[in-house]
Formats: sequence, C-alpha cells, structure tokens
Amino acid sequence: MTIGIHELLMPTVSANPLIPAVADIVWSAVVFAILLVFFWLKVLPNFKKNIDARTEAIEGRLAQAEKAQAEAAAKTANIEAEQAEARAEAAQIRESARAEGAAILAELKEQASLEAARMTETAKKQIEAERQSAIISLRAEVGALALDLASSVVAQNLKEDKNASSIVSGFLSDLEKDSKKN
Amino acid sequence: MSLLSAGFRPYTAGEGDFQAPTIEEFYPQVIAFAGTPFEINRIMLIRLLVMTLLIVVFTLWTSKFRKSTATGQFVPGRFQMMGEISLNFVRKSIAHEQLGEKDGDRFLPLLTTIFFIVLGMNITGIIPGLNIAGTSVIGLPMLLAGVAYVTFIYAGVKRHGMKFFKNALFPAGVPKAFYALVTPIEFLSTFILRPVTLALRLMMNMIAGHLLLVLCFTATHYFFLYSDGFFKFFGVGTFTFGFVFTLFEILVAFLQAYVFTLLTTVYIQLSLADEH
Repeated sequence: MTIGIHELLMPTVSANPLIPAVADIVWSAVVFAILLVFFWLKVLPNFKKNIDARTEAIEGRLAQAEKAQAEAAAKTANIEAEQAEARAEAAQIRESARAEGAAILAELKEQASLEAARMTETAKKQIEAERQSAIISLRAEVGALALDLASSVVAQNLKEDKNASSIVSGFLSDLEKDSKKN
Repeated sequence: MSLLSAGFRPYTAGEGDFQAPTIEEFYPQVIAFAGTPFEINRIMLIRLLVMTLLIVVFTLWTSKFRKSTATGQFVPGRFQMMGEISLNFVRKSIAHEQLGEKDGDRFLPLLTTIFFIVLGMNITGIIPGLNIAGTSVIGLPMLLAGVAYVTFIYAGVKRHGMKFFKNALFPAGVPKAFYALVTPIEFLSTFILRPVTLALRLMMNMIAGHLLLVLCFTATHYFFLYSDGFFKFFGVGTFTFGFVFTLFEILVAFLQAYVFTLLTTVYIQLSLADEH
C-alpha cells in the first residue's frame, strides 16, 4: 500500500494543480483586492495615526516633565536667592540699628557731658558772682566797721586813755556777740 | 490502485476500504454559480470566510486605535496590544528592517495584506471543520506572486527607470564576455523563478501539509474502525503523527506567511538598491 508522489499529485483525474481555474483566480483577486483596500485605506492609516500620536504624546509629556522640573529648579533657586537676600537685609538692618544705637548713645553722652560742662560753668559763675558780692559787701561792712571803730577810738581818746582801751574791748565783745548772732 | 482512484472524499468512505487522499481533495464539489467564472466550492467559501474574519478582527482593532487616538488614552489594552504586535510584526520586522522606514511605509499596505491573507488562508488547514488551506489551490498563491512580481518591477522602474532592467540583467563588475552566460541566468532567476518559486513554495507546502494530515487521520479512522485486533494499535501511532503534524502545520502556516512576505520585501529591496 505504498503511495507514490505521482499518484498523489497526478492521479487519473483531469485536475492539474498547477493550472488555476478561472473561478479560483477570480475569487482570489476579489479577496485580495478587498483586503488590500481595507488595509490600505482603513487599518494602516488609523494604526499609523495612533502610533504617531502616542509617540508625540510621550515626547510631549517628557518635554513637559522636563519643563516642570526646570521650573521647579528655577523656583527653588529663586527662593534660595530671596532667602539669602532677606538674610542679608536682616543683617544690614541689624547692623544699621546697632550703628544707630551707638550714634544715639554717643550723642546722648556728648549731650550729657555738654550739659555737665554747662552746669559746672553756671555753678562756677554763680560762685564767682557770690564771691564778688561777698567781697563787695565785706569790703563795705569792714569799711563801716573801721569807721565806727575809728570814730569811737577818736571820741574816747579825747577823754582818757583808760576809757579808750575799755571801748576797744567793748567793741570786740560786740563783734563776738554779732558773729554769735549770725 | 483502486484504492487511489476510487476515492473522491476520503471522509465519506465508510465501507471499510482505506481511502488515501488524492489531489481531488483540492477540487471539491461546486456549490454555487456552476459554469460561470464565479463558481464557488468549499475552498472559495473558506477564502471568503477568512476574508470576513480578517475584516472583522482588524475593524475591531482599528476602532481601538481610533478611540485611543481620539481620547488620548495611549496605554493599550490587551486586545489592542495584540493588534499592534500583529501589525508591527510586518511593519517593523519585515518592512522597516528590509526597506527602511520611508520605503517600508510606502509598500506597507501591500506587504501587510499579503502577510495576513497568507497567514489567514494557511491557518484554515488545521481548523476543524474547514480543514483545508485557502492557499492550497494555485489561484491565490499565483495571484499573490503576480502581485509581488509586478510590485518589485514597479519599484525598480520607478526608482531607476529603464536602467533597472539593465542593472538586473547586466550586473556591474562582470567582464563583458560573461554576459552571454550571466544575463540568461539573471533573467531566469529574477523574472521567472522568483514569482514561480513564490507561488509554488506556498502552494506545495499547503498541499503537502493537507495530504499528510488527511493521510494520518483517515488511516487512524481506518485502523480504529475497520482493522482487526493488533492492527488497531497502529491507529494510536497514526493519530499521534496526525497530532504532531497538526502542530507542525501551525508553524508552517506562520512560516510560509513570513517567508512569502519577507521574500516579496527582499525583491522590492533589491529593485530599489542602487547597485546590483
């Protein structure tokens, strides 16, 4: 029961597998043409559009992410710069406040010393004035006393020498009494 | 020899005679439009069925692509992914690989059509109920080979004008005296053997596959039902063979679709190339 290839392919029937029947070609052509048009006009354009859109979207999103990252980095840098600036400003304010305080202190000190000098000056002047007035009044008083004494001495001398010495001692005791009163 | 010549449909043999498959397998009864150029038999019906299935499946995929493009949801689902893998197989692994992106996309509709027609028609050879490949009759392989033939000549003429024929028949760098020998060989191999081998390779693979499967399974049928005693065990062997060959036929279906498409692409590529 061996079957040769000849019997398989070239049997006693009329069919020759290498020669196509008309209907065979016709239906093949119909099927091919329909599927070609289908793939050409419908499937592949939509497929390509989808793939391209996806590629674009992926690239777009990557770019977007990159941009966002750059923005964030810039923002961070900004914040840092602002912080540094604020810190610098604060330091400056502190510095200027300190300087101002020192200036105020110095000014106050100067004012105080000026005031003190002025007060000293006034006191000195007052003392001088008082001294002058004291000298003047002393001089006047001493003059009057001297006159009093001289007139008393002169008046007594005219009577007796004993009397004169008693007058002087009387005068001196008067002086003592006066100074005690004062 | 009565065994061979008697059988028209081995499946219907029920009388206990072993019916080996014959080439008549590929010429089943005409079902409709007898006598017109539109005669329909089982194989033509199978072709129309495959075409319908291809259109249905790819329409579903296309609507997925469309929806994805329209909504901007670019993460494909499992079903859409399958479509992408199928289409990208032809697009990337065959067209772009051989022709580059620009020319690859130019010829992509044709290559895609050829690949999926051949694959779809081949695979019916092992689908229960259909059991015969749509490419196992010469019409379709011949038509596709013809299309490939016209396409690679068109590609060459479009790129190089009439110089294409000169390049193809009188390869550069060959001493003039050798053209007497080289030119007929080039003519034969390029303009005759290319389409003939394309068509025959595909058809013979499918015919051989089908005959092998029918042989295995009718033998199994015969051994199990009509042989006596010990011979029934042969049926186990023939069934195993049939099973293995069925798996093998799946591979062949893919392989032949790939080979047919790849060769068409390579022929186009050779036509486009600047130097032959």
